[in-house]
Amino acid sequence: MSLSEVIQTLTLQNYNTRLVVLSTTALGIAAGLVGSFLLLRKRSLMGDALSHATLPGIALAFGILTSLGLDGKSLPALLTGATISGVAGVLLMLAIQRTTRLRDDVAMGLVLSVFFGLGISLLTSVQNLPGASAAGLESFIYGKSASMVKGDFLLIITVAMVIVVAAAILFKEFTLLCFDDAFAGSQGWPTLLLDILLLGLVTAVTVIGLQAVGLILIIAFLIIPPTAARFWTNRLSRMLLLSAVLGALSGWFGATLSALLPKLPAGAVIVLVAAALFITSMLFAPARGILPRHLRHRKLRQKVHRQHVLRAAYEILEADAKDEQSDAANFHVANHPLSIEAVLRKRTWSPEQLRRTLRAEKALGHLELLPDRKILLSEAGFGEAARVTRNHRLWEAYLVTHADVAPSHVDRDADMVEHVLEADLVRELERVLRTNQSWIPIPPSPHELSAKQ
Amino acid sequence: MKSLIKTFSPQGDAMGPTLSDHPKEVPLAVHDLTVAYHRKPVLWDVDLDIPDGKLVGIVGPNGAGKSTLLKACLDLIPRTSGEVAIYGHPYKEQRHLVGYVPQRESVDWDFPVSALDVVAMGTYRKLGWFKRVGKQQKERALNALDQVGIAHLANRQISQLSGGQQQRVFLARALAQDAQLYFMDEPFAAVDAATEQAIVELLQTLNKQGKTCLVIHHDLATVARYFDWTVLLNMRVVAAGPTSDIFTPDNLEKTYGGQLNVLNQAVQALQEITK
Repeated sequence: MSLSEVIQTLTLQNYNTRLVVLSTTALGIAAGLVGSFLLLRKRSLMGDALSHATLPGIALAFGILTSLGLDGKSLPALLTGATISGVAGVLLMLAIQRTTRLRDDVAMGLVLSVFFGLGISLLTSVQNLPGASAAGLESFIYGKSASMVKGDFLLIITVAMVIVVAAAILFKEFTLLCFDDAFAGSQGWPTLLLDILLLGLVTAVTVIGLQAVGLILIIAFLIIPPTAARFWTNRLSRMLLLSAVLGALSGWFGATLSALLPKLPAGAVIVLVAAALFITSMLFAPARGILPRHLRHRKLRQKVHRQHVLRAAYEILEADAKDEQSDAANFHVANHPLSIEAVLRKRTWSPEQLRRTLRAEKALGHLELLPDRKILLSEAGFGEAARVTRNHRLWEAYLVTHADVAPSHVDRDADMVEHVLEADLVRELERVLRTNQSWIPIPPSPHELSAKQ
Repeated sequence: MKSLIKTFSPQGDAMGPTLSDHPKEVPLAVHDLTVAYHRKPVLWDVDLDIPDGKLVGIVGPNGAGKSTLLKACLDLIPRTSGEVAIYGHPYKEQRHLVGYVPQRESVDWDFPVSALDVVAMGTYRKLGWFKRVGKQQKERALNALDQVGIAHLANRQISQLSGGQQQRVFLARALAQDAQLYFMDEPFAAVDAATEQAIVELLQTLNKQGKTCLVIHHDLATVARYFDWTVLLNMRVVAAGPTSDIFTPDNLEKTYGGQLNVLNQAVQALQEITK
């Protein structure tokens, strides 16, 4: 393929490529929207059973048309057949669920495999009918978009638009159904009808996707974009929009790539593009992605370490002040250099860990590293250390007085929470503990402070 | 005994007593209600008349059919037999008078909606098909959140709420329904002390407004304090009436103790036959 041909394909100058790319894009938008509700209804796999159940209908429609002497490959007729048998599969699945005690996944597995097996058998039989040229029918299994004509294109675009409009109109109803069907039922919403409407939309997506993506892979189009979108947002309206966009991108790039690499079926390439978008979302999406979450955790851990060092330093200074000043109840904590060894003994942390934390604190201007393995808190560091120690003690005092925790157990419990205390929570603690005025500046530690051995 | 007496009362027709034998216009009248899952009876011949303006606790052991009773009254599960009337009429004509708080664990709290979105669902029935939640509905939802003390969490995603806060969201959604009769399925289950207190205060406020609340409750220690009427349930109604009258060791023994052997045996025999 020459460069100009590549450019021609990418810019959709080729008529056939344009039909295919626009169809798969429209399909992606519709699948992204409907798939979101299907995902939230926790019925994604029902879409898979449905798509596999379309095959017998395709084969039968072809067989009937051919035996009547008509064109067996008329797309509207084949898709009608697909719809009928897909719906039959879903109804059978619901019937199995309601009348037997079999679990949902068993019902889905049964319908999926039996209908698909039936479809394959029928497909083989109808190909042997006299006058049948069934070559190409298998393309509904894996999808083959290259054979698309303008009529197919118009059909797909129209149905996709109807799906988008229906999903938009029923946004409120579908949301309620997916979140809490019992409450919906108690308010008089016809939950069975809503479920049927939702599955109807899924059927429509599946059927128009058969030609381009194929019945095995259409499920990916219904599941992957919404799952990827969920990583980016906690708001349903945004999730739907994003899912539609991701579906559209998958359809667009998948179809374009497959046009550039003619040996690869569009369905497979579309799924791979969607998977790439999914992996990107899973790793990098700020709201729920793995990497940002990991970074947030790490930041919190580092903050916890830094605050531990500051509190250890403060408690050493406090102990020194107690030793030096005779009035044990009303002593003044003064800042002075202290040895890293003393800090090291305060907790079970490794020298390396402590060194790293000290460097981080130095970078924040909280302390200076002096020669002879000593440190000196800066003014800001000393203030921060006092604040951190105070939060710790407030929380400890709260646990002892209001949560019935033994003083000897309080230190470890307080340790984790104090680092996430927000200003308003600290004020609340102060309010609760105000009965004991002496605690307010820096409450005394309720347990013996000891250096870790 | 009650149902036996009625069977022979002159008001009953040839087929036995009907719902019309129950007092008219009570918030909830349940007549001869039987519910079965997979042929196994869960509720057996339940007769109840809940008086107006009471805080009613429904108490009984696990598997006693408490949730089933509420769901059967709300037409959420099919009744094997029996009738239910809400203020004298079938539930489907009286939906506007009923608020429902399902069990908190019945939904996925990782769903991508905010607290306000969930509470606004309480206004959906009045809003009707296709219409979007508008300013008026949002105001009502915010007001309901304020009543349960978490208006400041309105825009928070529901997965970022504590268990107690999630329970309050569910209560607020029922308040947004603006009902006369409330069905609450274990609102006190696994909530913090502050939320428990908030729910108790809410119940008392509703009570003062003359509303009726049916509350499934697990903590026997607080029944007498929270509810002025109690239903002791274990497949059938063991006792129902003012808490001070029926909340007795004897009745509790009947509800929780091993004295249901006869009924259990009958049920098992029935299962054998229908298998």
